[in-house]
Amino acid sequence: MNILNLIKIAIKALLRNKSRAILTMLGIVIGIASVIAMVSLGQSSTLSVQNQLSSMGSNMIMIMPSHQSRGGVNLGSGSSKALNEKDLKAIRANARYVSAITPMVSSAAQLVFGSNNHPGSIQGVDACYLDIRKYELESGIMFDENDVKKFAKVCVIGKTVAKELFTNGENPVGQTVRFGTIPMKVIGVLKSKGQNQMGQDQDDVVLAPYTTIQKRFMAITHYNMLFASALSEEQSEMAATEITYILRSTHGITNSSDDDFDIRTQEELLTTMSSITGLLTVLLAAIAAISLVVGGIGIMNIMYVTVTERTKEIGLRMSIGAQNRDILMQFLAESVILSLIGGIIGIIFGLLLSYVGCTLLKWPYVVSQTAIILSFLVCAATGIFFGWYPAKKAANLDPINALRYE
Amino acid sequence: MENEIIKIENLRRTFRVGNEDVHALKGISFTIYSGEFVSIMGTSGSGKSTLLNILGCLDKPTSGEYNIDGVNVGSLSKNQLSTLRNRKIGFVFQSYNLLARTTALENVELPLLYNNTVSSKERRERAVAALQAVGLDNRMYHLPNQLSGGQQQRVAIARALVNDPVILLADEATGNLDTRTSYEIMTLFQQLHDQGKTIAFVTHEPDIAVFTTRTIMLRDGHIINDCPVEPKSAKEALENLPQSDDY
Repeated sequence: MNILNLIKIAIKALLRNKSRAILTMLGIVIGIASVIAMVSLGQSSTLSVQNQLSSMGSNMIMIMPSHQSRGGVNLGSGSSKALNEKDLKAIRANARYVSAITPMVSSAAQLVFGSNNHPGSIQGVDACYLDIRKYELESGIMFDENDVKKFAKVCVIGKTVAKELFTNGENPVGQTVRFGTIPMKVIGVLKSKGQNQMGQDQDDVVLAPYTTIQKRFMAITHYNMLFASALSEEQSEMAATEITYILRSTHGITNSSDDDFDIRTQEELLTTMSSITGLLTVLLAAIAAISLVVGGIGIMNIMYVTVTERTKEIGLRMSIGAQNRDILMQFLAESVILSLIGGIIGIIFGLLLSYVGCTLLKWPYVVSQTAIILSFLVCAATGIFFGWYPAKKAANLDPINALRYE
Repeated sequence: MENEIIKIENLRRTFRVGNEDVHALKGISFTIYSGEFVSIMGTSGSGKSTLLNILGCLDKPTSGEYNIDGVNVGSLSKNQLSTLRNRKIGFVFQSYNLLARTTALENVELPLLYNNTVSSKERRERAVAALQAVGLDNRMYHLPNQLSGGQQQRVAIARALVNDPVILLADEATGNLDTRTSYEIMTLFQQLHDQGKTIAFVTHEPDIAVFTTRTIMLRDGHIINDCPVEPKSAKEALENLPQSDDY
């Protein structure tokens, strides 16, 4: 019997018991829909975490001096004077995987404008800090190399600071604010970035040339930390290794346990976060897969009922010349068609479900092609696997007994 | 001499029930020639069902020879038997065995679906011709439950004819029908016989056997009588039936 007739006969047989076929299909629909929805939502959550991290600069590398202890008291990171201009120049000159690097020194004080004031810290950085941290200017300009050279009393402020100080709707650019006793001219306002995933307000910043902070505010020559940018996200590990070696040579360190600095990449954070969401995805998909198996058992059950019900038909078909193979294929075709149609409906439902989920959670919507193709194959396999035994039972019936079956 | 369609020699069939051997057929021999209309008679337990299963290639003899249209059945595999049934035998059952919710035409097409040498166009044509032969060309798209018992049996006969078999095997084909309809079906069988079909008709009703040309009588696994008879015309019998209007 050719395949077309086989499919025609199978569909006709399924249509004879419409409600039964639909209910059997429902098991597969629910199974596939939940697998698709879970995998898609899982991927969306991973992507959303990745997006958040890369909005901070996913190729960012932080270099901090190690903890320093004095008399058994841990003074915390940034307390040592390990990083200085020599290190900065060495890295600028030698690192091949680093696209930009900026020192950072920070000082805390009260910001005052007119009758408004705001507690904050002022961060002394180089002009390339904006690129490294993925900040953008909303208005005004960023200070440049000249400002850095001249210890210029200029600053760029974040949205939150602007809102706190300029309550009467003044344009912050061009105004002068006092930082403690030192007047600083605001030359730019940053675009809002909102909170990072740790809940910190990324708009509560004041940036100034690092030389200004070093000379005018703190009278120091070292840096609190360095921010660097790797050429790409993938190269950030290599860049970190490279920086480690450069710093060891400038600091004259031969043993890695003597390192007086710490290097952190966003990559590490990303890996941790992704592995958590990945694990959740796998767990949820596994639970969904169980419902798929239950659906498959439903098919098997119904196919057994169908075979018993149609024993006489099987006997007749055999008596007029159907071979065992023909009978096997006929019942297998029914279960495969049942599960494939169920699978297609399930895929559609699953995609809808994950779309609604992503919209509600404000996650990026991801259509996982692998999940769809895999589900489709799983459906076909389910149909064959769970349809095989009932079909085999039908094919092995003895035509004489089957014909006499009441 | 006509062709030997069926040739049976010293055929035995033994079933094992528990620890006991049950001899359903105890060495029977006969030959059916082309164009014969044979009735095989016997009471329940005489072995006629077993004989029919073997004649229909659904079962194999324990010993003895069975040749159908020159093919020795004993040496064939299960799949070869299926193909043999598909090409050489037409079955007519007591309970019609039509597929429910399937039109008469599709029911008749069924045997040809299992024959890959027949195209779908030819299949349709042959099914229509078979239905015409049994006088149901105006009922082709009816479902079995829209047909009377006699009409359903006609569809079943059309299905048996559609593969142009060397022999028609009828198993109590009138057993579920009233007298009038039985005679109508027998008229149809006689017409087919007149057209040259070979028919073996298993029955336990003597008044049905009188319409055939030869009667083989079985009892306890032996043939006790095998003789040609002068057939009565089923058509005349039908005409002579009193016009009863009690149903």
